[in-house]
Amino acid sequence: MTRNRVRGRLPVVLVLPAVAGLAFLLVPLAGLLIRTPWTSLSTLLSAEVGEALRLSLICASLATVLCLFLGIPLAWLLARSGLPGRGFLRALVTVPLVLPPVVGGVALLLVLGRRGLIGEHLDAWFGISLPFTTAGVVVAEAFVAMPFLVISVEGALRAADPRFEEAAATLGASKWLTFRRVTLPSVLPGVVAGTVLCWARALGEFGATITFAGNFPGETTTMPLAVYLALETDPDAAIVLSVVLLLVSVGVLAGLRDRWISGPT
Amino acid sequence: MTLNAELRVTRGTFTLDLGLTIAPGEVVALLGPNGAGKSTALRALAGLLPLSSGHITVGESTWDGADAFVAAEKRPIGVVFQDYLLFAHMSALENVAFGLRSRGTRKAEARAEASRWLDRVGLSGYAQIKPRSLSGGQAQRVALARALATGPSLLLLDEPLAALDASTRLQVRSELGRHLADFGGHTLLVTHDPLDAMVLADRLVILESGRAVQSGPPAEVARQPRTDYVANLVGLNFYRGRASGTEVGLDGGGTLTIPRPVEGPVHVVFPPTAVSLHAERPEGSPRNVWPVTVEAIEQHAHTTRVRLDGAPNVLADITTATLAELRLRPGDALWAAVKATETHVYPA
Repeated sequence: MTRNRVRGRLPVVLVLPAVAGLAFLLVPLAGLLIRTPWTSLSTLLSAEVGEALRLSLICASLATVLCLFLGIPLAWLLARSGLPGRGFLRALVTVPLVLPPVVGGVALLLVLGRRGLIGEHLDAWFGISLPFTTAGVVVAEAFVAMPFLVISVEGALRAADPRFEEAAATLGASKWLTFRRVTLPSVLPGVVAGTVLCWARALGEFGATITFAGNFPGETTTMPLAVYLALETDPDAAIVLSVVLLLVSVGVLAGLRDRWISGPT
Repeated sequence: MTLNAELRVTRGTFTLDLGLTIAPGEVVALLGPNGAGKSTALRALAGLLPLSSGHITVGESTWDGADAFVAAEKRPIGVVFQDYLLFAHMSALENVAFGLRSRGTRKAEARAEASRWLDRVGLSGYAQIKPRSLSGGQAQRVALARALATGPSLLLLDEPLAALDASTRLQVRSELGRHLADFGGHTLLVTHDPLDAMVLADRLVILESGRAVQSGPPAEVARQPRTDYVANLVGLNFYRGRASGTEVGLDGGGTLTIPRPVEGPVHVVFPPTAVSLHAERPEGSPRNVWPVTVEAIEQHAHTTRVRLDGAPNVLADITTATLAELRLRPGDALWAAVKATETHVYPA
């Protein structure tokens, strides 16, 4: 009787799908860990895995740096300038969020490819060619990941009280100094959260990368590409690569979360 | 180097139109109800809001005018904001040093100067404390030090004591008075608290609906209010009327007898303590006596203020003894009496 009554308080209509949802998210990860050939792990961790992992970390980090340099000023522009049509611009910025990454890769090829609108000139004038290079990986990852950073930082900027910037102005601070010393520190949690999201998205990037940068081991084969390739030839290697990627992502997120994201600093 | 300003700002249906002159070393208080345009005036002087028309000049230099606008960061100003707006991620010392650093002072020098300012406001031990760990009074003093550290020629104070509780307020007000006396530049104090204005300012400018309705030394404004708002601030019964001899016909109805004969439009004031209340019509001495009904009774610290309906309406302060004797209740009919000699009459 009591048990029934207690159970009756939690609506089954909500609990059942909730449990199913949780299982749906966690079971594949658990399966990955269960099927991992832990005993032969060291032999499977070949030089190629190390290479792909190194490339992934470097490219994701470089893409994140690129996003920070371009994305924070963009977020500031959207949040603080009285620019007309800001709402429309904000909508445009979020397009890469919903765009299938493969389409993003095609678009990048059309613009930055050797015969592309801009790529043609880059090649002719500077001898720079981005597609199918490591730099191309960074560009593709940055293209897909930047909206995460911009949205996060812009939200933080819009929540920050602009009167602190006025106070800084009355103290003689230029707009740039105010941004560096007052605005940016006050939205730091938002910037860190955005950076983490951006980095994680870049690390997992697949579609735009394989379309724009191709798949050349040591040069453009990042971890997600390596996993996909290995799955065709050596499923055990794919599992190991996946586990490594999983551990790296979770490790970085957990580390940052403790220090930055949760709880007041 | 007198500050001279004609502040005209239009925002929607609101128009600020205020002429302002501040001599060096003078403290002018801009006093007015919420929405009168006090903050707009302050923001215009700070350069945070451009004028629609008019001008701001200090000595020879024009800060705002038909063909010049000096941005806030280029004006030699210091502002103490109502909620201080101390930078939360900087220590007290860094907050005070911020203005000096922004204006190009070297780091070590700026920190030394900031440290001296913290000493001056009595916060020498608090250099490394973050604003969130400071009490309201301490934060106010850091804000004042930050505003004064750059040696501004215009100090703007926006409700500097409004965020403090009553006990801290008294002390901070007297300290602020000391610092303002030492400050050689122009000071504009924006407040809705008459006490702050009376104690701290050399001159009051009363702002209502975007216009100055009265200005003068605090004592004069307190003695001869010109609007209901000012009369209410200084706690006087205030009437407009037309005098003929010793009789004043009041605009709102009723007549008052005044001590000396005058002619023409006048203001009549008397304090609520000058009003006595009686259950029966009093006889004798030359008094103004008229029937009233009790509208409301408010208990103050040592007196009771009674709001009375009649011709004219009047406020009366009575002792607790009188209150007990009359057993007042809203709606009671009484007689109000004021001696002619208690009234103060001045030309409108």
